[in-house]
Amino acid sequence: MFEKEKFEQIKEARKNWEEKDLNKSLSRSPERKEEFKTGSGDIIERLYTPEDIDDLDYMEEIGLPGQYPYTRGYQPTMYRGRLWTMRMYAGFSTAEESNKRYKFLVDQGSTGLSVAFDLPTQIGYDSDHPLAEGEVGKVGVAIDSLADMEILFDGINLEKVSTSMTINSPASVLLAMYIAVADKQGVSPEKLRGTIQNDILKEYIARGTYIYPTEESMRLITDIFAYCSENVPQWNTISISGYHIREAGSTAAQEVGFTLADGIAYVEAAIKAGLDVDSFAPRLSFFFNAHNDLLEEVAKYRAARRLWAKIMKERFGAKKPQSMMLKFHTQTGGSTLTAQQPDNNIVRVAIQTLAAVLGGTQSLHTNSKDEALALPTEDSVRIALRTQQIVAYESGVTNTVDPLAGSYYVEAKTKEIEDKAMEYITKIDELGGAPRAIDAGYIQKEITDAAYKYQMDVEKGDVVVVGMNKFKVDEKAPQGLLKVDPMVGEMQKKKLVELKAKRDNPAVTEKLTALKKACEGTENLMPYIVEAVREYATLGEICDVMREVFGEYEQSVML
Amino acid sequence: MDKPIRVLVAKPGLDGHDRGAKMIARALRDAGMEVIYTGLRQTPEQIVAAAIQEDVDIIGMSILSGAHNHLFPKVIGLLKDQDAEDIMVIAGGVIPEDDIPALKEAGVAAIFTPGALTTEIVQFIRDNIKR
Repeated sequence: MFEKEKFEQIKEARKNWEEKDLNKSLSRSPERKEEFKTGSGDIIERLYTPEDIDDLDYMEEIGLPGQYPYTRGYQPTMYRGRLWTMRMYAGFSTAEESNKRYKFLVDQGSTGLSVAFDLPTQIGYDSDHPLAEGEVGKVGVAIDSLADMEILFDGINLEKVSTSMTINSPASVLLAMYIAVADKQGVSPEKLRGTIQNDILKEYIARGTYIYPTEESMRLITDIFAYCSENVPQWNTISISGYHIREAGSTAAQEVGFTLADGIAYVEAAIKAGLDVDSFAPRLSFFFNAHNDLLEEVAKYRAARRLWAKIMKERFGAKKPQSMMLKFHTQTGGSTLTAQQPDNNIVRVAIQTLAAVLGGTQSLHTNSKDEALALPTEDSVRIALRTQQIVAYESGVTNTVDPLAGSYYVEAKTKEIEDKAMEYITKIDELGGAPRAIDAGYIQKEITDAAYKYQMDVEKGDVVVVGMNKFKVDEKAPQGLLKVDPMVGEMQKKKLVELKAKRDNPAVTEKLTALKKACEGTENLMPYIVEAVREYATLGEICDVMREVFGEYEQSVML
Repeated sequence: MDKPIRVLVAKPGLDGHDRGAKMIARALRDAGMEVIYTGLRQTPEQIVAAAIQEDVDIIGMSILSGAHNHLFPKVIGLLKDQDAEDIMVIAGGVIPEDDIPALKEAGVAAIFTPGALTTEIVQFIRDNIKR
């Protein structure tokens, strides 16, 4: 990267500096610690200089924004052209309550919606299922049928807004409901913009809302790819998620390695199902975490972008530039929040916001200060959103593209994370790909090992968590937390009884029978699911049909 | 030498957040206890059956989804039904302060919330399970 002569001068100068200035300084006052480590536990050197990035070829590895390998961002102008989408993940209780929260968020300047579903919805149970007892409306909104979905988006124009839905195993059902609601609003599917998470592999690894076995789940996913490329062309068909892998305790490099390994598995499955890589790859999107180690996180996003571009081009022979561009959503790290002195979380979220923005995120959710304790109140959500707005409009970091590029440390770190992530991908390839590596428990064990090491470091005090293991105060239990109405379960059950009395039941049976037959064959299931939801077949009924044919996933329990 | 303390670490309900449960399970194992981890999505019936079959001294349950007020008392009720009240129940997760008195009243011996150290939990178990 540097002229040989200049480079030798720098090397010489550094040697002299170490022998004289540095040694003098160290002998007078030693450093605070023997070793300095990143948030992920990797050693950081005292100083980075041109020597650390000399083997990087600027045009090949870093390049220009909007150009392969997209290290500096996937658009030429980045935030000078358009800011990221401020997309706050929200949903709780009933569709009515959540609809109110969405309208509040839009009113406060949120620029995209992001729906949190409750656990029964995410696992394909109606609210009246015995396993749903106590869980209805708790971590998200309860959606049992199209009727709930109509209320959820009441008064929200689906042609104008882009909507992200955190839904995986039953993603096809919720997408079908979204299409049906839009249809009732007079908005055709080709105009719809948004994302379904639809990433089953990380559910097996880290998040836990799986239903069906791997192969059948992969079929549902590729059916969605194929259906959307024909019918809902602006929809992001998957959000390949490192977020939950990181929350489960992985390092930054593992987050990239395991997430891209999952991405490779989806691409392979779709190609195997007969799809052309450039027909679906432009609609793949990603989802990463933002932790507190600002510079490590920035390097992580840049490394992920570069590595994915290379994989798509070299491994899969993608031709369209859009197929090689890694576009991603970010959420600040829930596991970094403390229940102690919750106001400190505002500061953590601000740092994490900076990391995501300096890393070139396309959309961002910022956590609220009270989320280690409960779902956030409106007041705390407002502060979280304002944090994004302050970074966007006041911090100045949006005014130039990829401002940390060229930092000796950030470039060296970017390369290090890319290399480490690639080592994980190679290992997973040797195990037969991500699905096999998950069955063998390899990925889960790597994450749990990293999480345990971190936990022990916190307990020993080697890692400081302000307010939690250092700078503690006596404090009272926080007041005014959000409480979900305990009657939500009963309300949903009542709605289900009314729905089943009112709808055209023979039509429902007919559509469910047709779906079952399609499940037994090889046809794309999406059209059948869309038909069934239009007749107000419930989520549980549709998922049960598929359970009957596909069976259920059995977790390999790993410690 | 005394028989080691046997612990069932369980994830009741639909919650998939198992980082905490796994950390506790490993820490208890490293502290010399015998640990059985159930994996995700256990019904109260499954948890109680496993606890009796494995002859454990204590059950540790973790919930972050908000379903604790329903699920913890249910496990304790089932233990009573099966004359297995001698098995102690402790719990952890995102449990609001306001809910803790009622859960203790229902029979949960201790509740550990975010920020709790594994060493505190080990100590609590050692102090309360006399062999």
